[in-house]
Amino acid sequence: MNWKLFFDRAGRGLTLLCAALVILLTISIIYFISSKGLATFFVNGISPGEFLFSDQWLPERSLSEGGPQMGAAAFIIGSLLVSLLAVGISAPLGIIVAVFIVEIAPGWGQRVLQPAVELLAGIPSVVYGYIGLSLLVPFIRVYFGGGGFSLLAGFLVLSVMILPTIISVSTDSLRALPLEYKHASYALGSTRWQTIRMVLIPAARSSLITAVVLGMARAFGEALAVQMVIGNTREIPTSILSPMMTMTSAITMDMGATVMGTTWNNALWSMGLLLLLMSLFFILIIRLVVRKGAVQ
Amino acid sequence: MIKKAKLISVLCGLALLAAVVAGCGGQAGQQGEQGQEEEQGGAKGSITAVGSSALQPLVEEAAAQFMAGNTEAQIVVQGGGSGTGLSQVASGAANIGNSDVFAEEKLTAEEAAQLVDHKVCVVGMAAVVNPDITVEDVTQQQLIDIFTGKITNWKELGGPDVKVQLVNRPSSSGTRATFKAFALKGAEEAKGIEQDSSGTVRQIINETPGAIGYLALSYLDDSVKTLKLDGVEANQENICTGKYPVWAYEHMYTKGEPTGLAKDFLDQMLSDEVQNNLVVELGYIPATEMKVERDAQGNVSNI
Repeated sequence: MNWKLFFDRAGRGLTLLCAALVILLTISIIYFISSKGLATFFVNGISPGEFLFSDQWLPERSLSEGGPQMGAAAFIIGSLLVSLLAVGISAPLGIIVAVFIVEIAPGWGQRVLQPAVELLAGIPSVVYGYIGLSLLVPFIRVYFGGGGFSLLAGFLVLSVMILPTIISVSTDSLRALPLEYKHASYALGSTRWQTIRMVLIPAARSSLITAVVLGMARAFGEALAVQMVIGNTREIPTSILSPMMTMTSAITMDMGATVMGTTWNNALWSMGLLLLLMSLFFILIIRLVVRKGAVQ
Repeated sequence: MIKKAKLISVLCGLALLAAVVAGCGGQAGQQGEQGQEEEQGGAKGSITAVGSSALQPLVEEAAAQFMAGNTEAQIVVQGGGSGTGLSQVASGAANIGNSDVFAEEKLTAEEAAQLVDHKVCVVGMAAVVNPDITVEDVTQQQLIDIFTGKITNWKELGGPDVKVQLVNRPSSSGTRATFKAFALKGAEEAKGIEQDSSGTVRQIINETPGAIGYLALSYLDDSVKTLKLDGVEANQENICTGKYPVWAYEHMYTKGEPTGLAKDFLDQMLSDEVQNNLVVELGYIPATEMKVERDAQGNVSNI
């Protein structure tokens, strides 16, 4: 028996097993969420159109009044609004900070700013939520009006939370650009600002879009911090100061108190399935963008 | 040679995978054996009690006391909500399901019929407002008008000129179900802020001008103001005599009559030792003190 050969094969077997486990895990999670989430439509007879486009969420309505109505539109719109607004703030801010770290102040930026940003990523979401609840919500109530719990509070907290994601992916992509681009641009007589605006940012475009999409996905899936500051009112928000509800919030609030297999519980799984599909969609976007925009 | 190597590595992988799966299966088998063990009686073996987060502190304390006296016994207490507790005990995944509501309200009739109810204590709930609101006492009709959105400003009730801000619990919560049934006579509440933990609800009511919500008596403190309902104060005495209507049983359900360790533990929960000490200390009302009782349909009768 050649021990070297044996260990070599055993090692291969081990890595194969680990890979198989991860694949199995992914497939089983997708299968489980799909089977639960689709039961709402196939077993409980809720129409997908109602689920997606109605904002009437009446899980406990008695059969005499027409049975439960499961319209999740208010939550879907809430999730989309809060994530898009958060990205609207964080994408420009994050990319500009990344440019500063890489191009404007490489020494200082790398030594001080980057660790600071990474620290921001390490703060647990419950801490963000608690700070939002204790400081941001009263601040909004006093200076902007409304109850304080609002769409505004939700996307402000989220925008801080997704900054680290956007900044670190953007800095990596700007750093990966070939030095020749910059040199060629300077050789043609460009100023530093022109170089950044006309050469470096367009060259890194696809990776910057990836950074923004990753931030968006993070914002979409965040539950706890958002739940603490948005007020959780099951209505489509009419203004930036009105309280609202997201899908993640709707799931976490009712999951424990509803019974497995009921229409209500299945509808929560349907929202989970929708979140899963959204994240698959985000991954797909990233794949497409990266393939199209790769620097030749 | 290479082919052989591939084959061996695949076989290795499969063998390991099989071992992992068998390991999982083995655990399930072991749990089953433990279940049988406790049926032979005596306070040993292991049981799980799952469900209501409102009841969890009491069950945890009682279990710790029980295990201190019976070193052979292992009682695992978990939260997860009333719905989780009921579905776990109905499916046989847990020995005891803790719930704030009657099983009939959440499960199908045939599932609920299999469960045996042990009412371990009573929890009262009161409407609470922001401390700046000068209103002391509301009638039930006024309370309904506030929560259904008919009354939108506190000055309509002789309070300050502040808008009413509702703070609800999620519709799946047991506290909300109880408050809705007995304080609001089942009226559909207007949409307001929802929070799923009593601590957060209390903090929001304390900080938000014009806020009104409801809390279990065990959560009341000086940071919020408790309203009287039709002139009756929400306290243990008024609940026990049936004067104050907003209360609910805390249930511990077993599938069929409890046996072995589960029976011993439930007997301890209902014993005077726990009822007169632990239950009172944690802000619940002992089930043994109640002079009225209520059935799953909400009909109250004198004991």
